[in-house]
Amino acid sequence: MKRREFLKSAGALVVGFSWSVPGVLAQQATLPRLPGSLNTNRMLDAWLRIGTDGKVTIFTGKCELGQGILTALAQIAADELDVAYERIEIVSADTSRTPDEGVTAGSLSVENSGTALRYACAEARQILLAAAAARLGVAPERLTVADGVISDGARKLTYAELAREASLRREATARVKPKPAARHQVIGRSVPRRDIPAKVTGGPAYVQDLRLPGMVFGRVVRPPSYRAELLSFDEAAVRALPGVVAVVRDGNFLGVAAEREEQAIRAAQALRASAKWREPADLPPPPPALYEHLQSMRAQEKVVSEKAPAAPAGGRITTLEATYTRPFQSHGSIGPSCAVAQYRDGKYTVWTHSQGVFPLRRDLARALRVPEAAITCIHVEGSGCYGHNGADDVALDAALVARATGGRPVKLQWMREDEFGWEPYGSAMVMKLRARLDADGRIVDWRHDVWSHPHSTRPTAGGGGNLLAGWHLADPVPSQMVVKRPPAPPNQAERNAVPLYDFPGQRIVLHYINDMPIRTSALRTLGAYANVFALESFMDEAAAAAGADPVEFRLRHMKDPRARAVIELCADKAGWKPGARGDGTRGRGFGFAQYKNSACYVAVAADVAVDRRTGKVRVVRAVSAVDSGLVINPDGLVNQIEGGIIQSASWTLKEAVAFDRSRITTRSWADYPILTFPEVPEVQVHIINRPEEPPLGAGEGSQGPTVAAIANAIAHATGVRLRELPFTPQRLKAALAAAPAQAA
Amino acid sequence: MPQAYSLRVNGAARSVSVEPDTPLLYILRNDFGLNGPRYGCGLSQCGACTVLIEGRPVRSCAIPVSAIGDKAVLTLEGLGSGGQLHPLQKAFIEEQAAQCGYCTNGMIMSAKALLDRNPKPTEAQIRKALAANLCRCGTHNRIVRAVQRAAKEAV
Repeated sequence: MKRREFLKSAGALVVGFSWSVPGVLAQQATLPRLPGSLNTNRMLDAWLRIGTDGKVTIFTGKCELGQGILTALAQIAADELDVAYERIEIVSADTSRTPDEGVTAGSLSVENSGTALRYACAEARQILLAAAAARLGVAPERLTVADGVISDGARKLTYAELAREASLRREATARVKPKPAARHQVIGRSVPRRDIPAKVTGGPAYVQDLRLPGMVFGRVVRPPSYRAELLSFDEAAVRALPGVVAVVRDGNFLGVAAEREEQAIRAAQALRASAKWREPADLPPPPPALYEHLQSMRAQEKVVSEKAPAAPAGGRITTLEATYTRPFQSHGSIGPSCAVAQYRDGKYTVWTHSQGVFPLRRDLARALRVPEAAITCIHVEGSGCYGHNGADDVALDAALVARATGGRPVKLQWMREDEFGWEPYGSAMVMKLRARLDADGRIVDWRHDVWSHPHSTRPTAGGGGNLLAGWHLADPVPSQMVVKRPPAPPNQAERNAVPLYDFPGQRIVLHYINDMPIRTSALRTLGAYANVFALESFMDEAAAAAGADPVEFRLRHMKDPRARAVIELCADKAGWKPGARGDGTRGRGFGFAQYKNSACYVAVAADVAVDRRTGKVRVVRAVSAVDSGLVINPDGLVNQIEGGIIQSASWTLKEAVAFDRSRITTRSWADYPILTFPEVPEVQVHIINRPEEPPLGAGEGSQGPTVAAIANAIAHATGVRLRELPFTPQRLKAALAAAPAQAA
Repeated sequence: MPQAYSLRVNGAARSVSVEPDTPLLYILRNDFGLNGPRYGCGLSQCGACTVLIEGRPVRSCAIPVSAIGDKAVLTLEGLGSGGQLHPLQKAFIEEQAAQCGYCTNGMIMSAKALLDRNPKPTEAQIRKALAANLCRCGTHNRIVRAVQRAAKEAV
């Protein structure tokens, strides 16, 4: 198989087994619950195999997105198995070989896959020890293990020698407890990432680097707007261009394949130039009118959390209200989405950087009208995605074009304008908050209403059919974009809208807008970024109304000891000074959240410098504290938290997708500036390690606290409260001009 | 009509027959099998495709092959590989200066051009030299530290 050769050369790990994973059982209510993803993939040999040649291979349904997950999972396996870290090989996210763990998302990989591997490896180690004990005629307790060699002090047996009798082809029991933290040797160490050497030397590292014999290059030509209809195009002229191998038209889907990449690009340009479309003008009004429009759209209401307010203890009640908004924002992957597809003998093989190869396969099967068994999806890394970008869509594009190339594989990469114009954005959102404060400056009642489009329209979500080209086919796959379906269940727009603070009364309501005139899906943190922006900005507004210090005000309402510890550590490390005043241009702000109210705890203190003349905000420094339970790889954790802070600063200061009434007008980086080197703040990350607590995901922990810290720092510096994202120079300048009587 | 071009890439003579306006990027990647330069935008906006031509950083997505002539082209692969890594490559590994790493090629090549003309840059000079190279994962500060480390170790 070519893919095996590629994986070898890519520095990914060679596998000792060619047969497919058995025993991937559907979750059944009658079976005992097993930890993490063991519950849905219950066979031990679905997770690891010990070869008679000494190879130790672990299997995971999660995939590398540049977050370092494969390094972390290998660390876990090394410790539980007592095998040297360097010898652990990994196979990840391949529909023919690995467990189905859904999507690599939600900061859940260490919790789900890591937990499964901890238990599976611990149990495998015990099975190997039992086999050794039987052979040596000694009690298992008398045996020790070092790098896969079992010893009773005199005699030695290797895992390889025991591989046959110690079969892992059995269901996991999870009765063998993973090692306590005190015995960890690899977990907790900043082991260097396995994927970085190839990335700094030009080794094959991405799906873009996959080269198969006979491969041709594909490109797509998208309509000028979401619901445009193709009237005509000049197929013959395009076919006559040099190198063109195929021109594919199916309904409103247009694609080309050519011998050379630049020929494919030229053919796509010619195709675009000749195509005539009928375009409706059916997009919502751009901001700021967008936000009123959102609240007027048909929405399902869902009360997410409700606590009746205690009867106010007499005295004065102060009521505060504020509305916050967030625009559509782009994933903005540096490398546009890419896939390689081959169609041969009625079967498809798709190499993809999708976050979920199994869900992708299900939606590919629907769009291609073949059974799932006719498709193999293999994960190969792509550019960072930060959620649901074009990765899945381009896999269908490549497969559609591959049907027309006579068995030759097609590498199809989107152009920059395809990625900006067609990826599903993070939804625009409106958050309306209301708080009631008693005379002692305590919040007695809290209300948070959030309006949003969907935050997960990934493959299979809401009934599936979520691949872009599927909507454009002559016989379209029904979807929210083209055919109004029954409303999908509300999803994740309310993430982190429920405060972790202890308020006597609260009512959190989601107004979920199922219609998607502009395509939306999962952007890192889903609704949490905007909800934390609103919640934590409003906490500062409430603190100001109560005459309290923002950090003290948070602690006043917070019982959770881990949250308190993170808030206190961050304030301490930032040199937080209660009562310190902004000087008109410089200020400091605070933000806190526990991501999803269940993952890592993060607090951020941001220092900003405001140029009052231009309105430009610079984030000078961000100091953060994080508790993500047991830390697997400290440097990996720091990298995720600091990357999240910088990405969030970019979203916060700069980013909004632009559109008019018919088209998305953000098409290149010139239309969508992001934070650059000179603008990036100094970042500090302080870790609270809790080795006896379960590991908690951290990839999405710092974005919410960061936006709030920046908003609060601007208010602290200038006295002006910004509630509409992003905080562009024009916006701040206008706000400063409108508030001449404010501080400084 | 395709024309024959002789290029000097990473010290070796390479030839290719393509249309004169073919961007250098596709020749490096598809004809010469190099992975370092990457397609990011095709518009000289992001820097992922950066190579050095006669020591100067150039966006290979936007320069046609006909403009190269006999000038020396250096890609990430030409800096070092396997056991012979360039100080910048070593420093990027030591600082773990990547997440997805898609931009890394442009960062290292732009930093190489900087260090070649200014071996002891200040932090501000490094940030300025990399200002037109986009990173989306937020690894900027690690990249700056890696360049500083390489500068220190090159002495």
